[in-house]
Amino acid sequence: MPTSPSDLAVVDLAVVGAGPAGLAGAVAAADLGLGVTVLDAGERPGGQFYRHPAPGLRAARPEALHHDWEAFATRASRLEAHCRAGRVTHLAAHHVWTVVRDAATGEWLLHAVASGPGGEEAPAMVRARAVLLATGAYERQLPFPGWTLPGVVGAGGAQAMLKSGLVLPGRRVVVAGSGPLLLAVAASLAAAGATVPAVVEASAYTSYARELPALVRNPGKLGEGALYGGGLLRHRVRLLTRHAVTAAHGTDRVEAVTVSRLDRDWRPVAGSERRMPCDALAVGHGLVPQLELATGLGCATRRAPDGTLALDLDPAQRTSVPGIWAAGETGGIGGAQLALTEGELAASAIAYELHGTPRPRRAAALVRRRARLRRFADAMAAAHLPGDGWTGWLDDATLVCRCEEVPAGRIREAVADLGAHDARSVKLLTRAGMGWCQGRMCGPAVACLAGGGPAEDRRPLSCPVELGRLAQLPPSVS
Amino acid sequence: MAKVYEPEGGSEANRPSPRGASSPAALVRAAPDPAFTVTFDGRTLTALPGQSIAAVFWAAGILSWRTTRAGGEPRGAFCGIGSCYDCLATVNGRPNQRACLVAARPGDVITTQEGTGHADLAV
Repeated sequence: MPTSPSDLAVVDLAVVGAGPAGLAGAVAAADLGLGVTVLDAGERPGGQFYRHPAPGLRAARPEALHHDWEAFATRASRLEAHCRAGRVTHLAAHHVWTVVRDAATGEWLLHAVASGPGGEEAPAMVRARAVLLATGAYERQLPFPGWTLPGVVGAGGAQAMLKSGLVLPGRRVVVAGSGPLLLAVAASLAAAGATVPAVVEASAYTSYARELPALVRNPGKLGEGALYGGGLLRHRVRLLTRHAVTAAHGTDRVEAVTVSRLDRDWRPVAGSERRMPCDALAVGHGLVPQLELATGLGCATRRAPDGTLALDLDPAQRTSVPGIWAAGETGGIGGAQLALTEGELAASAIAYELHGTPRPRRAAALVRRRARLRRFADAMAAAHLPGDGWTGWLDDATLVCRCEEVPAGRIREAVADLGAHDARSVKLLTRAGMGWCQGRMCGPAVACLAGGGPAEDRRPLSCPVELGRLAQLPPSVS
Repeated sequence: MAKVYEPEGGSEANRPSPRGASSPAALVRAAPDPAFTVTFDGRTLTALPGQSIAAVFWAAGILSWRTTRAGGEPRGAFCGIGSCYDCLATVNGRPNQRACLVAARPGDVITTQEGTGHADLAV
């Protein structure tokens, strides 16, 4: 690979991420005649949603852990066909850490770290006329006493480990938090042989009833819900709404959790606590769009109904920065079907902008589909917005920042005594959010404790990069 | 039909359920390529081709392989997708490897990472 940016051939489109949005976007763009390079941190396409076992595990039925596997399988085989034909270059295990504009040409330079099988790293660079950011999301976590115990794992994390490694964190797994992902996780864990004593959901699903019009327009989504529901019934999983795990207990690993009833604002109701034995807890409160590349480029954000920040996109999936498009969870959490739709729409908009390619006939149907799925996503997001009272389950000793080991008491002190009113000030005073994960795990909680809104991602590098690599960057690209 | 994989030892969590539901491997009808071994703090563990180091640990019922810098608390995999950095391990002498991302390879020597994993630097 050339090491000087000026030696690089320019491709029409660089796609960052090969999950549902990136995969659909890359395939559709190549269908429309664009030259495409896909950079993806994963070994295999699919992202987190379509994560599947490594080839060496020889899974005959990977679809047993997925909904709508067909949508992935068709696109993955089309991606392969495009790669063989030379229309698409798929750079797997490439983590893009920054995107910069080459002022001389107006083209984009994507800098990536390529990981080898033994963990060794090499730099890589791609030059493109347009960029589609399909960087997906990670899980939102809200801390509680005991959440750092081994055996307490992300709900999405348990799902990811099951889908790729065919392993479970325990035999008796409580699933807790908020959001529709919990039902999918519980159904998968139970199908894979775990006992799931309960799904503990902080919000009330009945609030969806207010959104009946959106539900009725989404028969596919209703079917999916019924499927999870059916699976849960078959495995005798209890769904406890308006409840939360407010503490995990154990010494070296989790042995039990405390489940409490919540009031409307998610404040634990005194006297409602009960203990539930388990050997693992899978917990999460929905997803957070992964935006550091976008915010690093200056793309505008908006506050989504679930309280997270998402990219502000126009109907053509454009960000506020000309030449940068986005699709999928980056524009607001909405699930795989919406991501597939948006990826395809972005591809047709990019092909029109670069080559004047007329919009494909199916675009009008995709636009209607996007509107319908987005309305449903917004209704769900609003229903699972964390209530302010969740901070009531934190005691002062509870670690909020897992990396820097900062307890809630120190954050409260920074707010009450030292005048910090936003996540950034809290970070400067306490180091919360300054560690390895760069605030991905504690960010939403710290912002809430500080009393401000969600903080925009400020991570100039989206993954760790050796200093030597930064020193090698040519000055002209900055 | 291919033989469905059933782990010999290790964690009960990954054995087929007594209720006849299934194990993860049975669910997807996995018939993996030959297993190999790695060591963790001197203990020999069975690994399947393509499994991450964290998956090998979970399959053996091991949930922690790091201690924190300040409190010395045990930690293992949390986010499972490379975002949280809680699953850091020392792999073949290299500290700070995310066990949920790095695939296990035959003969890997993995050790519990204490603190930053750079005690040798005496900083």
